[in-house]
Amino acid sequence: MNFYLLSLIKTAIVVGIFMHVLAYLQWIERKVIAHVQLRVGPRRVGPHGLLQPLADVIKLVTKEDILPSHVNKVFYFMAPFIAVTFALISISIIPFGPEITIAGVRTNMGLTDLNIGVLFILGISGLGVYGVALAGWASNNKYALMGGLRSSAQMISYELPMALALAAPLLILNTLSLREIANGQAGYYWGFIPRWAIFQMPFPQIFSFILFLIAGFAETNRVPFDLPEAENELVAGFHVEYASMKFASFFMAEYANMVTVSCIATLLFLGGWHPIFPEKYGSGLIPVLIFAASAVLCFFHAANPARPFDRITLPVFGVLFLGLGGLFLLPPVQFILLPLFWFSAKVLIILFVFIWVRATLPRFRYDQLMRFAWTFMFPVALVNLFITALLVALFP
Amino acid sequence: MDALLFMIFAAIAVICGINLVVQTHPISSALSLVGVMGALAALYLLLGGEFIAAAQLVVYAGAIMVLFVFVIMLLNAGTEKKMTVRPLGKYLGAPFLLLFFGMIAYVIQKILPSSSPVVFGAFHGGTALEIGRSLFTVYLLPFEVTSVLILIAILGAIVLARKEVD
Repeated sequence: MNFYLLSLIKTAIVVGIFMHVLAYLQWIERKVIAHVQLRVGPRRVGPHGLLQPLADVIKLVTKEDILPSHVNKVFYFMAPFIAVTFALISISIIPFGPEITIAGVRTNMGLTDLNIGVLFILGISGLGVYGVALAGWASNNKYALMGGLRSSAQMISYELPMALALAAPLLILNTLSLREIANGQAGYYWGFIPRWAIFQMPFPQIFSFILFLIAGFAETNRVPFDLPEAENELVAGFHVEYASMKFASFFMAEYANMVTVSCIATLLFLGGWHPIFPEKYGSGLIPVLIFAASAVLCFFHAANPARPFDRITLPVFGVLFLGLGGLFLLPPVQFILLPLFWFSAKVLIILFVFIWVRATLPRFRYDQLMRFAWTFMFPVALVNLFITALLVALFP
Repeated sequence: MDALLFMIFAAIAVICGINLVVQTHPISSALSLVGVMGALAALYLLLGGEFIAAAQLVVYAGAIMVLFVFVIMLLNAGTEKKMTVRPLGKYLGAPFLLLFFGMIAYVIQKILPSSSPVVFGAFHGGTALEIGRSLFTVYLLPFEVTSVLILIAILGAIVLARKEVD
């Protein structure tokens, strides 16, 4: 098929799904944090608050777009564009699954594959700083400027341990292309331990995985490293002067960066779309079991409703889950859905960790943040890289 | 397609370069420089220098220029004052500049052979694999010496900064 047409179709699918994921990630975050704090979270708009993202988007689009009189207009308008553009670009090189054939067309799951994939991700995440820094500077507001300065200093500092943590698994996997990295983690030791980078010999990359996740928290400005927008010190930090869709762009950029970091962690450390145990022991049945269990739970709670509407909404969800589970048993779509399931399951688990940490940990102080990066993360990442290199050289 | 992409990114690089000089505010100039570097990275990609393109993005656009912008923000530098241009420079400057560029382009075209690919020493191809192999076999000694040099520069920077504090 025509390369351009195929790329266009794939782009439409990926962008469509990605935008919905970003919108619903916020719903998930609010729900999870609410449940951690023993609340119920949003549940007014739609069943169980499922239409809340839509309501939020309508609210943000229709809000008055305030333009403060004292801002530097060009950069004030440019900053949200820069932030959101560089946050969305990275998804283009992330592979979601193996090579597949649909209706006689062979194609990769994922938009494209660069042979400098990891470097490209690092470069793009470095450029993302400009959005935040410019927003802080152009707002002409002392709180915003502090936020922008903190953010650029923090991102530069944490890029170092992040790059060092990324380098260690690359030594084992011997490539920079994300697709080949995922393929290099296929197979199992003794038939059941996956050859993911966090388990792979000669040196399991569990330390670099943890280092990468911590640096990822700092790169995406998430709690406990959300100093650029610390509410109690800086009101809202770099986006304090932004309203309506421009504010939403920063929000979207933050969530897109979270998804990117989770995808990279999945691909580099958790084996991408490769299941946690071999197909022959029935790993293909895991999604069916999960969806069936969810359906049973829905039906049970529908039979014993806690709220009046649950009698109607929960059976609908139950049937939906059964249908989704059934899809995984159909051979014609199974080969697409199974890798997608494993990939998104791992990404969602890491995203859950992001939200879980936000609900649990307090914020660092700024000097603690910097000391942590330079006197703890950096040496540990170096030692980890050194040991990995030594062992790779000794046991090739 | 290659020629078209080259024209687009070359145009971006030149426009950003001119903008860098014309703008009066340091932040605008710094961001134009980022634009030049991004366009250069795309041009390197077109030439097959993938690693150089990525390094350009990571090192120059992503790290060095962020530090520039950071410093400009910290110093809170304002807009520069423009000097008045004398009428002689105003009317004769542009034609002479064009003449100068034309001469440079002509000389470069005469000197360089038109069709053979450019080769730098033992480097063949621009992928990370090939560059890494050359760096750690043929150019091992220069590579390590350079790394020591950079280490000395870092130490020197720290020492100089220390002295300022006391």
